[in-house]
Amino acid sequence: MKYSSLKKIRLSFAIAFFIIVCVLFLDFRHLVPESFFEIFLWLQFVPSVIKHIGAGEAAALGFIAILILTFLSGRSYCSFLCPLGIMQDIISRAGGKIKKRFGRFGFKKPHTFLRYAILVLTVIITLTGGVYILGLLDPYGIFGRFMTYFVRPVVIIVNNFLASILGHFDIYTLVDTRKPSFKAAVYVIPAIFLLLTGIMSLMKGRLYCNTVCPVGTFLGLISKVSLFRIRIDNVKCSKCGRCAIACKSSCIDFLNMEIDNSRCVDCFNCIGTCPDNAISFGFSSPAKPRESVVQVDEKKRHFVIGSLLMFFGLSQRTLAQERNGPVPKKESTVKENKTSPVSPPGSTSIKNFTSKCTACSLCVSACPNNVLIPSFTEYGIAGIMQPHMDYHKGFCAYECTRCLEICPTGALLPLLPEAKKLTQIGRAVFIKENCIVQTERTACGACAESCPTKAVHMVPFTGNLTIPSTTDDICIGCGHCEFACPVTPYKAIFVNGNPVHAAAKKPENIKTELKHEDFPF
Amino acid sequence: MKRRDFIRKSTGAGIAAGAAISFGGYDRLWGKQPPATPYDMVAVMGGSPEAMFDLGIQELGGIGAFVKKGQKVLVKPNIGWDRTPEFAATTNPGLVKRIVEHCLKAGAKEVYVFDHTIDNWTNCYKNSGIEKAAKDGGAKVVPGNSESYYQEISIPEAKILKKAKIHQLLLDTDVFINVPILKNHDSTNMTCCLKNMMGVVWDRGYWHRNNLHQCIADYALFNKKPALNVIDCYNVMTKNGPQGVSKEDVANLASQIITTDWVAGDAAAAKMLKLEPSAVDYIKIAHNLGIGNMNLDTLNIRRIKM
Repeated sequence: MKYSSLKKIRLSFAIAFFIIVCVLFLDFRHLVPESFFEIFLWLQFVPSVIKHIGAGEAAALGFIAILILTFLSGRSYCSFLCPLGIMQDIISRAGGKIKKRFGRFGFKKPHTFLRYAILVLTVIITLTGGVYILGLLDPYGIFGRFMTYFVRPVVIIVNNFLASILGHFDIYTLVDTRKPSFKAAVYVIPAIFLLLTGIMSLMKGRLYCNTVCPVGTFLGLISKVSLFRIRIDNVKCSKCGRCAIACKSSCIDFLNMEIDNSRCVDCFNCIGTCPDNAISFGFSSPAKPRESVVQVDEKKRHFVIGSLLMFFGLSQRTLAQERNGPVPKKESTVKENKTSPVSPPGSTSIKNFTSKCTACSLCVSACPNNVLIPSFTEYGIAGIMQPHMDYHKGFCAYECTRCLEICPTGALLPLLPEAKKLTQIGRAVFIKENCIVQTERTACGACAESCPTKAVHMVPFTGNLTIPSTTDDICIGCGHCEFACPVTPYKAIFVNGNPVHAAAKKPENIKTELKHEDFPF
Repeated sequence: MKRRDFIRKSTGAGIAAGAAISFGGYDRLWGKQPPATPYDMVAVMGGSPEAMFDLGIQELGGIGAFVKKGQKVLVKPNIGWDRTPEFAATTNPGLVKRIVEHCLKAGAKEVYVFDHTIDNWTNCYKNSGIEKAAKDGGAKVVPGNSESYYQEISIPEAKILKKAKIHQLLLDTDVFINVPILKNHDSTNMTCCLKNMMGVVWDRGYWHRNNLHQCIADYALFNKKPALNVIDCYNVMTKNGPQGVSKEDVANLASQIITTDWVAGDAAAAKMLKLEPSAVDYIKIAHNLGIGNMNLDTLNIRRIKM
């Protein structure tokens, strides 16, 4: 086998995979069938781990496959399957075109302390506090947030522009689509990571992956003992150093003929650049770890201990907040007394949801009704970016189960449509004092007409007027009533979340007896 | 034109227009009045929606009496909800298809179908069966989900709804055919012809906030009126409307009402639900505004049982 073809294989696979993942996030017309999502995302490492541990699902074994793959061939995941990694390769390539020196890497010492510190912290915090740091650093999640919050809106704007032009010619193949709007705070975290990964990859190739990314570091540990790896034939090698310059991971120490396999991402760029054909990819027994003298730095130790304490404290604070429920955000004359946010159907409880969601935002992208909105403080500050149901922005369509069918982490578990229709994620609360029928003495009923179960219905008021009333046990908390309520800025009906989802009763209904033998007029 | 002439002429025109408006019922005299037909209304009972329409429209002189060769037609059904046809929350797809076919047969240049849905529009169009039926019939199915498709119009005679943003198709087409489905409505008692127009405006919330009944009647003053109202009473949601909870809400009345007078149409439809027309506030208001006639006794109605 020609080793130089490895790079071509890597490139074609990565580009194809990257495009597919982009399409999953950018499919604003919701044309991709739900079943496709799992096919392409089951190998994403962090979501798969969470799904497996959380749900105990035998099916969610994607991460095991990745572990085996890494043991066999090193960090192929990072070059072939990690969308953030592929994105950084693209940026890095662009960087090399902009400035020659951005495309010339050369050997660098690893930031050993930093990368392992981040890995250890992430693991400890995840085990003790929750998934929020893991979610923050999960490369797939980071990429998902870029797509959802930066790329998707641009795609929709371009689509709408083209749709409006075509619309003038009576062509409706492109359809104007509502662009979701989020709080400015929502963009902070994705923006920070965009800058971080963008700048690092533009100038330094895979520096982010080999310094910050906990998945990269973790897989790097395994790839230290992987079976197949890049080798340099020291007989053929003329020590020209081209390979080191081509190495995005800066992990080829050509002078000492050593490759830091924990940083190598199997991009195979080095193979093609070698004029001596001295580099190959093949079976080799794990190299003995180099003995190195670690200099003890007291400051670093303090830093680690301090960070540990801080994150541990933060995690405890989060737990406390979750127990008490977030504080209502808005003050109004008649308060929407929301004691709990609404977590999406299939999440079974807020606690379960917040402990498994990495905020990859795939559901935010996939929701046809734009009801899933990244939270700011709704779930407590540690739940930032985890989506909640915002019924001022949309409502949960009665028949729709899209988000729970595609969730890659199992934070949302699939429900059959019939089961979803009987899952009470919250309950409608009517505020009579805000209602138009009460204040204006005119008919409205927008809430009741929207209610799919008639948990919100109209009862006689004065004259021909009717006023809303609610039946708790058949309400499923879909929020259509809250969305439809025309009262501004605060609604006359709102859904208070169920911290633990409950079962709703099936609405009872009697067969109508209306019949005409002849015209009644 | 000299400035003096312009002022003189425009003053004259202004006086004439003002006088015409002050007479009331101005639109009925001068607006696009449907051609004279032997009947004010045709009611059919006992057939399929398609067969009832074939028969009913024939009694009114065929669709050719309303649609001329080369005209663009808008057929506006109720596609508001993401429900399948048997829930009777949306207009019967077979009826929509048949109307489209009639229009095209009469030489219509293009027939458009749209609704500003309440549920997700793609699901509504698909699950109601109307998108497919209309396309099969030869119509162009157009989205109504974005504000960019809507243009502002004014209704000076209106009491409250003086301005509204309506779908451009209503302005761009020559003939407008209103195809509501009769349903119970737990706030306004019923929804039919007049209320179906909530699906051509962008901001329905405004209607709900500002005296719903008055707004429904006000909109009917706008000068683009339906040439024809075809009321689907085949399957009728008799309670839990306008969305319905289950098929238990639906009665098979196997009827259809075709009329040029949408107030009369709503009055007859109310009777189908065993409601007095006067129990529906917007019918009364519209009647008093001279938009139509709710007194069915005074109308020439052709009743057919198949």
